[in-house]
Amino acid sequence: MELCGRTANSRDTRPMSNNTTPIEIVESIVADQLKGNDDLPLMGPGDTIDVHYRIIEGEKERVQIFQGVLLSMNNQGINRTITVRRIVANEGVERIFPLHSPRIARIDVIRRGDARRAKLYFLRDRIGKSRRLRDQRRGQKHIQVWEQSHAQKVAEAKQAAKDAEKSRNEAQDAAK
Amino acid sequence: MPPAIIGRKVGMTRYFTEDGKNIPVTVIQAGPCVVTQVKTAESDGYAAVQVAFEDVKPRRSTMSVIAHDAKAGSSPKRIHREFRCDNDAEAEGYELGQEVKVDCLAECKFVDVTGTSKGKGFQGVMKRHNFRGLEASHGVQRKHRSAGSIGGGGINLGTGPKVKKGKKMAGQMGNERVTVRSLHVVSIDEERNLLLVKGPVPGPNTGVLFIKTPTRLYKPKANAQAGKS
Repeated sequence: MELCGRTANSRDTRPMSNNTTPIEIVESIVADQLKGNDDLPLMGPGDTIDVHYRIIEGEKERVQIFQGVLLSMNNQGINRTITVRRIVANEGVERIFPLHSPRIARIDVIRRGDARRAKLYFLRDRIGKSRRLRDQRRGQKHIQVWEQSHAQKVAEAKQAAKDAEKSRNEAQDAAK
Repeated sequence: MPPAIIGRKVGMTRYFTEDGKNIPVTVIQAGPCVVTQVKTAESDGYAAVQVAFEDVKPRRSTMSVIAHDAKAGSSPKRIHREFRCDNDAEAEGYELGQEVKVDCLAECKFVDVTGTSKGKGFQGVMKRHNFRGLEASHGVQRKHRSAGSIGGGGINLGTGPKVKKGKKMAGQMGNERVTVRSLHVVSIDEERNLLLVKGPVPGPNTGVLFIKTPTRLYKPKANAQAGKS
């Protein structure tokens, strides 16, 4: 369940009348809203990322890109959020995005930074060149393998979608 | 369709709509319930229908409750609640043993939810009634969280020998019956008997709730219920 920082209460783990625990019920409800691993890139604190954020203005919809350093990743499950910091007109701007929101169209990793801690709040106090992080050198092999398999999966998914549409069109034509 | 159902609070989470709106929702396991008694003006002096929820082991129950539920052809139930009907004819529209499921709320866009709030124990006036307490300094001693004067208190005048009735003071907070009115129904899962409402409801997770059709709605909500924009 989305415990929001508190520890699981015995109430949350005791079966209810239909033999499922509250935690299981809540998890099953949010399950289809969660983005799969394939929909999100491999990213961590220190990375510079592009967040493609859908903005709906009346009827129209457009995508805004927010580029910045990933400061921290918070919470778990559907409450998962990321804090992204960028500098606009010499002023630090931080935005917190709910990772599983449908408004987030896509996230791209631009640079992989070397961070030795999970929360990079110390970057808030840094000015000028010291604000930058070193590029990540450790674990590159790991990332490459992941990216390759990810690209393959995405391509396969695209192909599958294409095939499905093709067969659907053919079926429609046949029906005509 | 019956206008009420018994349920248990499951917990809270968030729910994204298709256009990305983020709604805080409470998950309620609502029903299935059984109609265990039909009350009419003739039999009980008023018209009402009693529903029961959740099986209980017979040895955990009492003979009177077991027999009462058996009359409706039902296994012993743990929780019984009733809702009033306008007239006898409406109450008699329900049969003993009739199943009440969450789809009875399918046409409701809003519901009232009644539960027992979490007990906070004996609390002072600042927490219980949002008083602001006394000042931190300027000669105030040992009374920074107190209520101040409670008036002379004639029963209704504010002067005299007694304190006015209903005066807000320290005391038990929480663990009382609370009704939250006209909560938005986000979605209904008939298969698993789940009801999602917007916002919090009283009581702890797994607390018992009584969910009813709303008694009254303010204009925007009433319009929404009627399907007007």
